Amino acid sequence: MSSRFLELERARLLAVVAVVAAATGACQRETRDFLPPKPGAVVAGAASAAASQAEIANAAAMVGRYEHNAYGTSAGKRLWTWYNCSGCHGAGGGGGSGPALIDDVWIYGGDAGTVYQTIAYGRPNGMPAFGSRIPKDQIWQLAAYVRSMAGLASADAAPNRDDAFLTRTPESFLDPQKPETVKPSAAGGRPQ
Amino acid sequence: MNGIHDALAPAGPQALALFHLWNAMLVVCTVVFALTMAALAIALWRAPRATERASADLDAQPRKEAALRRSVVWGIAGSSVLLLVLLFASFYADRALSALPLADAVHIDLVGHRFWWEAHYEPHDPEQTFATANELHVPVGRPVLIRLRADDVIHSFWVPSLSGKKDLIPGRESTIAVRADRVGTYRGQCAEFCGYQHAQMALVVVAETPERYERWRSLQREPAHAPSDAQQARGRELVEQTSCAMCHAIVGTRAGGRRAPDLTHVAGRGWLGAGAVANTPKLRAEWIANAQKFKPGVDMPPIDVAADDLAAISAYLGSLE
Amino acid sequence: MESVGALPSRPRPRKRARTRSAAAAHRPMVRDGDGPGSRAAEELERTWQEKPGLVGWLSINNHKTLGLRFVVTAFFFAGLAGVMGGLMRHQLATANSHLLGPDFYNQLFSMHGTTMMFLFAVPVMQGFALYIVPLMIGTRNTAFPRMSACAYWLYLFGGLLLFGAFATNTGPDAGWFEYVPLAGPQYGIGKRADFWNMLVTYSEAMGLMVAVDITTTILKLRAPGMSLRQMPLFVWASLVTSVMIIFAMPLVMLGANLVQFDRMLGTHFFNPAEGGDALLWQHLFWFFGHPEVYFIFIPALGFVSAIIPTFARRPMFGHDAIVLSLVTTGFLSFGLWVHHMFATNLPELGKSFFTAMSFMIAIPTALQIFCWIATIAGGRLVMRTPFLFVLGFFFVLMIGGLTGIMLGSVPLDLQVHDTYFVVAHLHYVLIGGAVFPLFAALYYWFPKVTGKQLGETLGKWHFWLFFIGVNLTFFPLHILGLEGMPRRIYTYGAETGWEPLSMVSAVGQVINDVSTLIFAINLIRTVFFKKERASADPWGAGTLEWSVASPPPRCNFFALPVVSSREPLWAPPAEVTHVQGLSAQIREGLTTTVIDALPDTRYAYPEPEIWPFVAALSVTIWLVWSVWSVPGFVWGLIPPALAFLLWYWPNKKEAKEELRWEREP
Repeated sequence: MSSRFLELERARLLAVVAVVAAATGACQRETRDFLPPKPGAVVAGAASAAASQAEIANAAAMVGRYEHNAYGTSAGKRLWTWYNCSGCHGAGGGGGSGPALIDDVWIYGGDAGTVYQTIAYGRPNGMPAFGSRIPKDQIWQLAAYVRSMAGLASADAAPNRDDAFLTRTPESFLDPQKPETVKPSAAGGRPQ
Repeated sequence: MNGIHDALAPAGPQALALFHLWNAMLVVCTVVFALTMAALAIALWRAPRATERASADLDAQPRKEAALRRSVVWGIAGSSVLLLVLLFASFYADRALSALPLADAVHIDLVGHRFWWEAHYEPHDPEQTFATANELHVPVGRPVLIRLRADDVIHSFWVPSLSGKKDLIPGRESTIAVRADRVGTYRGQCAEFCGYQHAQMALVVVAETPERYERWRSLQREPAHAPSDAQQARGRELVEQTSCAMCHAIVGTRAGGRRAPDLTHVAGRGWLGAGAVANTPKLRAEWIANAQKFKPGVDMPPIDVAADDLAAISAYLGSLE
Repeated sequence: MESVGALPSRPRPRKRARTRSAAAAHRPMVRDGDGPGSRAAEELERTWQEKPGLVGWLSINNHKTLGLRFVVTAFFFAGLAGVMGGLMRHQLATANSHLLGPDFYNQLFSMHGTTMMFLFAVPVMQGFALYIVPLMIGTRNTAFPRMSACAYWLYLFGGLLLFGAFATNTGPDAGWFEYVPLAGPQYGIGKRADFWNMLVTYSEAMGLMVAVDITTTILKLRAPGMSLRQMPLFVWASLVTSVMIIFAMPLVMLGANLVQFDRMLGTHFFNPAEGGDALLWQHLFWFFGHPEVYFIFIPALGFVSAIIPTFARRPMFGHDAIVLSLVTTGFLSFGLWVHHMFATNLPELGKSFFTAMSFMIAIPTALQIFCWIATIAGGRLVMRTPFLFVLGFFFVLMIGGLTGIMLGSVPLDLQVHDTYFVVAHLHYVLIGGAVFPLFAALYYWFPKVTGKQLGETLGKWHFWLFFIGVNLTFFPLHILGLEGMPRRIYTYGAETGWEPLSMVSAVGQVINDVSTLIFAINLIRTVFFKKERASADPWGAGTLEWSVASPPPRCNFFALPVVSSREPLWAPPAEVTHVQGLSAQIREGLTTTVIDALPDTRYAYPEPEIWPFVAALSVTIWLVWSVWSVPGFVWGLIPPALAFLLWYWPNKKEAKEELRWEREP
C-alpha cells in the first residue's frame, strides 16, 4: 500500500474518532436519565456503611453518568437548594456552620465516592446522615454538584448561573481546583 | 384528568363572552370565505379556455375592466367594513372580560412549577389560608381572583370552559378573574411549553354549590387526620422519616417540605401528579414507587422501599381526606 | 439592431508589445450585442465560464448556480423536517402513545420548527429570487455575487451543524423560538440552546447578505427602460422582502446573542432577579418573528403574481394596486408582533392597538386576492399544473388568513393561543400561502432552469393529493385547539377525547407523504429519463427570463435587453431593443438609475473567488469554538478577519482590465 493511501486512511480514521468522541461526549453530557440505574448495576450502592467501600470503588463509573452529565449536575444544584444544604454550608457553598465547599480543601476527600459517603452516612462534627432520607440517585446528583462547586466536574456539564440573585460565580465558569485533604481540627469541623 | 375542557362549552361569563365573539367571527369569516370562493369559482367557470400558444390579450376591454374594477372596489369596501365590525366586536368582548364584578371574591395564589400547580387560598388572611395543589374548588356564582406567579419558567393558566388563558411569567405577577356559573368539573392544562412534562401539567376547577364549597374549605383548613390503624401509623412514620418529608408537607405532622404538592388532604383529590394518574389505591402505590414511569422527567424520584412499607405509606396517604 | 451608448472607435497608433500586459492591452476587444452563435456569444460564454476543479466549484458566484444550490439544499432540509413532522403526527395519533419519549419529542418539534422556518422557508424564497430576479430584470448576475456565495456556504454549514447537534442529542428542545427562562442558563441545560443561538446567527447573516445583494440588484441593475412602474410584480415582492429582511433580521441575532451572553458570560439580560426581564426576549424575537413569516409569504405572493398573467393570457389587473399592497404589507408587518404575546400581562390598551394593526394588514392582502381573481375573470385560462397550485393557494391561504383574523383579536386569542388552533392556522398560511405557490413556481420555472418540463399528469396527481392531504391533516386541528388541546405536548390521556381527530390528521399526513412521493417520482423521471427539451418559452409568458434559452446561457443574455412595457415579450419595444457594446471579455453589465432605469454606468461583476467559501468556513470555526469557550469568541475572530481582508483586497490585474474597458469607448 502506498504511503499516501495510509496517510489518507489515517486521516479518515482520526476524523471518525474525533466525530465519535464528540458524539459520545455530547451523548454523555446531554442524556437525560430520568430513572436511576437498575438495582444490581454498578452504581446501585449498598445499604450499610461497610459495604460502602464498594460504592467508592465503583465511583469511577459515576463520573460519566452524573458529573459529565448536564442533567445530573443541574438536578444536584436544584436539590442543594431544596434540601437546604446552604443552611449550613452557606448560600453559595462558601461555608457557615459547615465547611466551605467551593475551596480546594477537603476534610474527608473530594472524590465522588467519598462525597457520596459523606452525604449518605454523615460525618463527625455535625454532618447529618441523609442516606435514609434521600434516594441514592439523588445523593449521586448532589455529590456531582458539590464537586462542580469546586470546579472538579466537567466544565461543559457543570450548571450555569441561576435566574436569581447572583450569590456566587456560576459553576461552569470555575477553573478546576487541585483538591487537598486536610485533617479535621479537634474543636470543630474546620480544617487546621 | 377528567373534566369539561371546551372553549365552545362555556360555564362562566368570561368564556361565554369569548364564545359569542367566536360565533360572530366564525359567521363573518365563513361568509367572506364563501363569497370569495364563489367569486373565484364563477371566474373560473365563465372565463374561456386557451392554450400556452394563444397570444396574450394586451388590449383591455374598457367595459370589462370597469366591471372588474367595480367588483374589486366593492370587495375591498365590504371587507373593510366587516373588519371594522369585527374590530369593535373584539374590543367589546375585551371590555366584557375585565367587567367581571369582583365583590366577595375568593382569593387564590397560584404558583406554577415544573410540573404542578401550587394553590394558596386567602393568602392574606392567616386564619383562613390553606394550601392545596392541582385541584381548585370554587363556589358557583362567586368570582375567583387568582394571582399568578411562576416559580421557574413561563407557564400558562388555562381552563377553556371558564375563561381565556394568562401566562405565569417569572419576575412578573399577573391576575385573572373567573367565575363559574354552573356546577361541574372543568379541566385545564398548562398552555406554555415548560419542559419535559408540559404535556401532563393539568389542573381541575371543581365548581360546587356554596354549601359544599364551605364544607370543602373547612375541611381543607383542618390539619391532617390522625392515623386510624397500625398500618397507617407506620405509614405516617415512614412519611416523616424517609424521603417524603424532604419535599412534601402534611399539616399536623412533622413533614414540612415546601418543594412538592401539599399532601394534607391528598385523598380528596381525584388525580395525582397534576393529572398523570387517577387517585386510586393501586395507582397511588405505583405512583409513589415510580413516578417516572408515568411522568418521566418530573422531579419526584422513584421511592425504593419494601412492599409492605409502600403499602403502609399508600394507606396513610389514602386516609388523608 | 440599433445600439445604445456605442461610440465610434478612435483609430489607434500601432505599437509593438514590450511586456505581457502591454500585449494584453492591445488584444482585440470583443463587444457583446450580437445574438447566439456569433463570435461575441462564444467569447461571452468563455468569459462566464467557471474555474475548473474543486476550487472552481467552491468559487462559483453565478446567481443561477447559487439560486439552485439554495433551493436544492432547502428542499433537502425540508424533507428532514417533514419526516420529523410525520413522526410527531404518528406519536399523537393515539392517546398515551409510548412511541417517543418527552425529551426526544421536545427536540423533534423544536427541530421541525427551526428547520422549516430558518433552513427551508426563507432560504428557498431567497434562492428563487437569486435565480429568477436577474433574468427577469435583464442583467447577467446579481450585484454582489460573492456575498451571496458566502451566504450559501454559511447556510449550508449552519444547517449541517444544527443537524449534527441533533444527531448527538444536542438539538434545541425549547421550541423554535426558545423562550427564556426555559432556554436560559438555569433551565436550558447542556449545549442545546447554544447551538440554536448559533444557528440563528448563521441564518441572520445569510439572510442579510442575500437581502442586500437582491436589493442592490433590483435597484441598480435593471434593464434600460424598466422603470419602477414597469418592473414585474415578482421583482417588487423580492424588493419588499429584502428590505424587510434588512430591518428585521438583525433583531433576532441581537436577541440570540444576548441569550448567549447570559449563558456564556453570566450577564442578566433576562434574569428578573437582577433587573432583567423574561419578556424582553419575546419582544426581541417577535419583532423579527412576525416579519419573518412575511419574508416567506411575500415572495410567494410574487410567485402568484408572476404565474397568473401567464395562465390567464393577459396582463395583471390592478398592477399598481398590487405593488402598493406589497409595500403596505411590508410596512404593516412590523407593527404586529405583540399579537404573539397577548396572553402575557402587558397593558390591555397596548395589546388592543396590535389587534387593530393585525386586522389592518388583511386589507392589502385582500386587495391582492381580489385583483388576482379579477385577472382570472378577465382572462382566457390555461389549466396547467402551476395554475392548479395557484388555485389551491387561494383556498388554503384564505382559510389561514381568516383564522389569522380570529387570532388577531385579543380576547379570542386568549382562548386559542398556544393551542392546536394556532398550529392549524400557521400551517394553513405557510403551506397555503407559501408551499402551494412554491410548487406552482417549481412547475412553472422548472423548464427554464433544467430545460425539461415536469410531467403534467403526475403534476395533477401531486396537486390533488397534496390539497386533500393538507386539508385533512390540518383542518381538524382547529377543532382540537378549541377543545382544549395545547401545543407542544408529547402525549395526552384518552379521557381528553382528542384521539379521533388526531387520528384523522395522521391519515391526512400519510396522504401528504404519498403526494410528496409522486412529486419525487415526477422530478426523477423528468431530470434523468425525459428526452424532450423545452423551448425558451414553453408557457408563452411575457417576462424577460423567457427570452433566453432553457437553461439559460452562463451569461444570461448575449445582448442585454431594453424594455418599454411590463410584459416585454408580449409588447417588445419599438425602436431600441438591446444594449450593444459591453465587453464580451470581462464580466460586464450595465447599471441604470433607480426610478426610471436610464443607463447609468458600466459595472464589472466580481470574478469567482475562493474567499467567500473560506470566509464562511472561518466563521463556522469561530462560532463553534465560541460555543465551548469564551476566549474562543475573541481569538476565533482572527481567521474570519483574515479571510474577509483577503476577500476585499483589490486585484490589480482585474482593475487594470476593467479600466481598459472603461476608457475605450
